[in-house]
Amino acid sequence: MPNSQSALELVRVSKRYGAVTAVDAIDLKIPAGSYCCLLGPSGCGKTSTLRMIAGHEVVSEGDVLLGNRNITYLPAAERGTAMMFQSYALFPHLTVLDNVAFSLRMKGVAKAERQQRAQALLERVAMGPYAQRRPAELSGGQQQRVALARALITEPRALLLDEPLSALDPFLRVRMRAELKRWQAELGFTFVHVTHSQEEAMALADQVVVMNGGRIEQVASPHEVFNRPASEFVARFMGGHNVLAQDGGKVSVRADLIRLARQRPEGVPAVEARIAAVEYQGSYVLVELAHDEIADFTAIVPEADFFAAPWQAGEAAQVFWQATDAHRLG
Amino acid sequence: MKPASRPMLARWRLHGLPAGLQASPYALVFLLFFVLPLVLIVAVSFWDSTEYEMIPAFTGKNYAEIFAGCSNAQDMCVTFRTYLSTFRFSALAWLSTLLIGFTVAYFMAFHVRTARMQTVLFVLCIIPFWTSNVIRMISWVPLLGRNGLINDFLLGLGITDQPLDWLLFSPFSVVLAFVHLFTVFMIVPIFNAMMRIDRSLIEAARDAGASGWQILWHVIVPLSRTGIIIGSIFVITLVMGDFVTIGVMGGQQIASVGKIIQVQTSYLQFPLAAANAVILLLVVLMIIWGLTRLVDIRKEL
Repeated sequence: MPNSQSALELVRVSKRYGAVTAVDAIDLKIPAGSYCCLLGPSGCGKTSTLRMIAGHEVVSEGDVLLGNRNITYLPAAERGTAMMFQSYALFPHLTVLDNVAFSLRMKGVAKAERQQRAQALLERVAMGPYAQRRPAELSGGQQQRVALARALITEPRALLLDEPLSALDPFLRVRMRAELKRWQAELGFTFVHVTHSQEEAMALADQVVVMNGGRIEQVASPHEVFNRPASEFVARFMGGHNVLAQDGGKVSVRADLIRLARQRPEGVPAVEARIAAVEYQGSYVLVELAHDEIADFTAIVPEADFFAAPWQAGEAAQVFWQATDAHRLG
Repeated sequence: MKPASRPMLARWRLHGLPAGLQASPYALVFLLFFVLPLVLIVAVSFWDSTEYEMIPAFTGKNYAEIFAGCSNAQDMCVTFRTYLSTFRFSALAWLSTLLIGFTVAYFMAFHVRTARMQTVLFVLCIIPFWTSNVIRMISWVPLLGRNGLINDFLLGLGITDQPLDWLLFSPFSVVLAFVHLFTVFMIVPIFNAMMRIDRSLIEAARDAGASGWQILWHVIVPLSRTGIIIGSIFVITLVMGDFVTIGVMGGQQIASVGKIIQVQTSYLQFPLAAANAVILLLVVLMIIWGLTRLVDIRKEL
């Protein structure tokens, strides 16, 4: 059951570094118990936003609310949030057990009790047998679990994750991603996860927050963001979209809904383009198209369709799509 | 050229000279200027001597002479007294340089934001080394002497009615000079260790509710450990073997182990000086060993 005390709200929050505005008066509501991904290119303000929620960065303007508390000016440890750092920031001089027990030790909890509680949490993340190891002796995935246990021991109401998967190799990244999702479902409180990978955000999030230049471009479910990007930026950043100019406005059409034909089809929007390159990807074929007015023009053709009538680079093609698949951009 | 040597040359050209050969120039220097003198000192410390000659032999006479009368529990022998005094200077100098050095390094590593300012401050720490040790020591004399600046000032204000004579040529001035000369040897390795501390560790500690002092004690101090040990080894070995600073700042009135060795060599009592040097070396090695153990134990608590 989601704990209503873990709903997070940002009200006109800004962060300025001197003359530079990193985060520009953003409003955001994250429902209790949801998995929220802050997504955007580097420098878009997503990390600053997370650090302001965590209390590691002072809010220049606005308010941060967690549950029914205004936590804007509370110290990091009193906010009810816990942070998982980019490279996990485990203390290299302490054992895994002492790392997890660290915050209890700071509070002055007796040794026996804190070790017992830390051990229990380690068992929960399946790291029990590693309690006496040093962080350097663990793999990336194991370090992530220890970092999680260390965050959980403070009994937070919201867990803040700063690019938690970026330190892992691609194979492990996918596995630990699934693990994060499972933990979030199990723990039932809010996770706020910063990432620059749209793939990661789509796989994990209940709510995707796409940021650009210190502002929020769109807040929606991954499905919504992918099918109805709010702006050209979102369409391009999410990938798999073509941005086309159409009767005075811009529309996006998903690359997998673009069709190729040798004859001009009737009654649907179409343009003529040249095949620039063909990349085989397994279950589908990525066809890069060259058109004078359309940048990054691609079509994703299912493997069977492609090989029924293969295209060669240099050929001219009629590129068309269903009018209903064209999504108008704001 | 013999045909057999050709493949070897080709291999060297490809992979460089064998490791042993590459290390040999430094090994030679090390052997010639460190190992050989050390072996000679140990050897000479067992030689026999009279007032005017050294006699190659194997005798424990020198060591016996150093510890003569030291079994008397009531009245401490000269050797023990000298060592005790040297230990005291070492401890005082070590504690002072550690406190000051750690604080300065902490300031430079965590409070000075820009790398440029860090470099500037670092150079400021190093500049005094452009003059010689002795000059830096002597420069204290006009400040601390009976008619020095400090005494003039205190007398002028009427804080004291006669000049303080413990300011110069006293244990105080010796420790002061040690701190002045050696603090930099603490700052550099500790600063170095601190710069390698991942800043996110400090945030992680703060996230876990650690106060400023707790972060200092539980995160920064243990992670600066190597720097602290290296700095301590520098300072302690320098002070334990010192005879110049104690001589100049102590007005040639204070004994130290180094001073004993210096006096003995000046009277050409080389075997006795060598025996003293060997003992000093062993004592310093024991201190260093103990120091590394001490810091290890602290971590277990």
